[in-house]
Amino acid sequence: MKSRMLFAVLIVLALVLAACAPAATEAPPEPTAAPAAPAATAAPAAFECTDAIGCVDIAPGDPVHLAYALSVSGATAGLGEDARGAIEIAIDDVGGQLLGHPLSLTGEDTLCNAEGGQAAGTKLAADPTIVAIVGTTCSSEARAAMPQISQAGMVMMSASNTNPDLTNPDHPDHWPGYFRTATNDIFQGRVAAEFAYNELGVKTAATLHDGSPYAESLQQVFADNFTALGGTITAQEAINVGDTDMTGVMTSIATGAPEMLYFPIFEPEGGFVADQAKSTPGLENVILMGADGLLADTFPENAGPAAIGMYLSSPAVSGPEYDALLAKWKTKFGGVPPSGYHAMAYDATNIFFQAIEAVAVVDADGTVHVPRQALRDYLYALKDYPGITGTLACDANGDCATGEALGVFQLTEAEVTGGNWPPKVIWQQ
Amino acid sequence: MRRFFERYDLVDVIMWLIAATILIAALLGSIKTIQSGKYSPATWVDLGISGLTQGSVYALIALGYTMVYGVLRMINFAHSEVFMSGAFIGYFAATWMAASGFMERNPLLGLILLFLVAALTSVTIAVLLERIAYRRLRRAPRLVPLITAIGASLFLQYMFRGLFGSQVRSYPPMPGLEGAISLPGGVEIEYVQILVIVAAALMMLVLYLFTQRTRAGLALRAVSEDKDVAALMGIDVDATIVRTFVIGGAFAGMAGVLYALIYRQVTFYMGFVPGIKAFTAAVLGGIGNLPGAMLGGLTLGVTESVGTILFLDGYGVPAPYQLKDGIAFVVLVLILILRPTGILGERLSRTKA
Repeated sequence: MKSRMLFAVLIVLALVLAACAPAATEAPPEPTAAPAAPAATAAPAAFECTDAIGCVDIAPGDPVHLAYALSVSGATAGLGEDARGAIEIAIDDVGGQLLGHPLSLTGEDTLCNAEGGQAAGTKLAADPTIVAIVGTTCSSEARAAMPQISQAGMVMMSASNTNPDLTNPDHPDHWPGYFRTATNDIFQGRVAAEFAYNELGVKTAATLHDGSPYAESLQQVFADNFTALGGTITAQEAINVGDTDMTGVMTSIATGAPEMLYFPIFEPEGGFVADQAKSTPGLENVILMGADGLLADTFPENAGPAAIGMYLSSPAVSGPEYDALLAKWKTKFGGVPPSGYHAMAYDATNIFFQAIEAVAVVDADGTVHVPRQALRDYLYALKDYPGITGTLACDANGDCATGEALGVFQLTEAEVTGGNWPPKVIWQQ
Repeated sequence: MRRFFERYDLVDVIMWLIAATILIAALLGSIKTIQSGKYSPATWVDLGISGLTQGSVYALIALGYTMVYGVLRMINFAHSEVFMSGAFIGYFAATWMAASGFMERNPLLGLILLFLVAALTSVTIAVLLERIAYRRLRRAPRLVPLITAIGASLFLQYMFRGLFGSQVRSYPPMPGLEGAISLPGGVEIEYVQILVIVAAALMMLVLYLFTQRTRAGLALRAVSEDKDVAALMGIDVDATIVRTFVIGGAFAGMAGVLYALIYRQVTFYMGFVPGIKAFTAAVLGGIGNLPGAMLGGLTLGVTESVGTILFLDGYGVPAPYQLKDGIAFVVLVLILILRPTGILGERLSRTKA
């Protein structure tokens, strides 16, 4: 009985090994071996892949494989769903087809933390059919996911990573193949500080972040610029994502009596901060300022009357193309996008379409070859792309947003109680 | 010395040393903070009141954890979603009443209706949970219902996300609850805070009287002592367990509304953090013990609010509020070292150990 059991286990093991083995030997040589395949099927002009980091070969009928790496569950689900919806709309806009092949979209949930980013990066990098990735949602995810994705030769473009390190060529977090349509914090923090000091005449300010690389670096850039202009930073405080009670930290900030509170964080914490700051003794008249993370149409209502007069620095997205995107969202998903990155994700997806179409080599039988290095080179050299978030041009480090479209918005009674959206841009550089 | 080591092993001694270090560090930090004079007495009172407010909500949720543990010996991890569902459905009721002008005309009746709607939702979900997920597992090993509870929790979270989306929604302003009372000395108490503290205290009093003075309460206590013997005494165990879920659910639902009145925002994920904190509060007070859950909730709320500044600010820690949860859990560890059964956990340990 016992030996039969052992035999059964061995059989199962053998089966598992047999199932694993071909996959294990098949995967690595694919990029180099695949170009030989068209010759075997006697295509007239055999494509030779000469790209430095390989090509993606898409046989007739096979889909062009795009992927997303977004935070689509948990507390930050709204940020990722926002971008994913825009990617789906961009795919619908081209009829679900590229170069005569159907487009397929798969994705990984990145959970807005480094662990999630690493897991997603590992899984995506292991799939050689992926041409390009839209992601990640949070800067912490990009940091962990980019090493694998870069080494796999893929390109990734983020709609919402703003941490400066990711496109700083001297920083270890900078990897080839990384791009973003999101605005680098270096622009945004400077714009916010200049607006506060020069326009509003504020001399003292406190900052608040939530421990995320996004908020931490943005408030630091703001603080550095604000100090350089001659202002004083009274406190640089922090809260945790998931906190609801801000009374303590507000009381602590109130002891420095700042004229302005800069909190470039997200919902729902941003709403709690705005609401509770105004009811803290000593902060009744503080000027509130946030950033693009809070430029969501749900925020004014959620923050309540405290948000009247609040400033938000953000890429200024408006215009007929943007309205058209919102209309498509309404038809496809109903309602409005849950967060503020759909326009950047839409642009990122369309930039990928243009780049893939430009560099792809199509055989007579319809097989598409996408050389990976050529795709990167095309993106690094992208100029004057007419996106809905402004005119985009990628630099040699992967920053595609030029910062020209940055503006400062002010929330008024119309947004907070009247349901008006978006608010007016009151200042642009 | 030898007799000392016979009675207490090395681990005990190390644990006491850790506890003593924490206590001394907290004491030194407090002295430094108070000496710095950065915070006025009124500030401390403000912090204390906001801690009590937060703690009242923790306590109400903690009651659900502790009652279910009392009768079933399981941690109902889906309880945080029972709380969330009450607050979430309450949002729809509140916006509807605000939009139709009903809330403006009858603020008190509107508020009571809001509590009823939320309580009803949470009770329904809690009872369904018991019926569908837990009842069949009552004789299963203890880990099985625990894992089921985690599964049920995720199911409820993502069911709400699927039904209502992932965006943050906010309660409309409640007429009559805006503003604050100014007390002499610069202390300000918001009306919402008063409502939350008073409502929570009343609800806890009612529950205490129910368990101590009614036959149904007696049955509940009997079932938590020993299900089998209680059944032999003619108590309907199933009905009593359902009753436990009804009470726990109702409290969670009303806690949801109170929470939403303070913070105004609801999302499908809002139950997670308060749920963990309430569970901590239940353990802190002594799990299975009703007054313990109340005391644990209030202790945790005040520690988070007052303790964070008091213990850390004097050391010049940058951004002490990021360590708020850390402080809360250090207090839990400290109490579990000094009193492994929780603050009021003795009665449980004597009868159940």
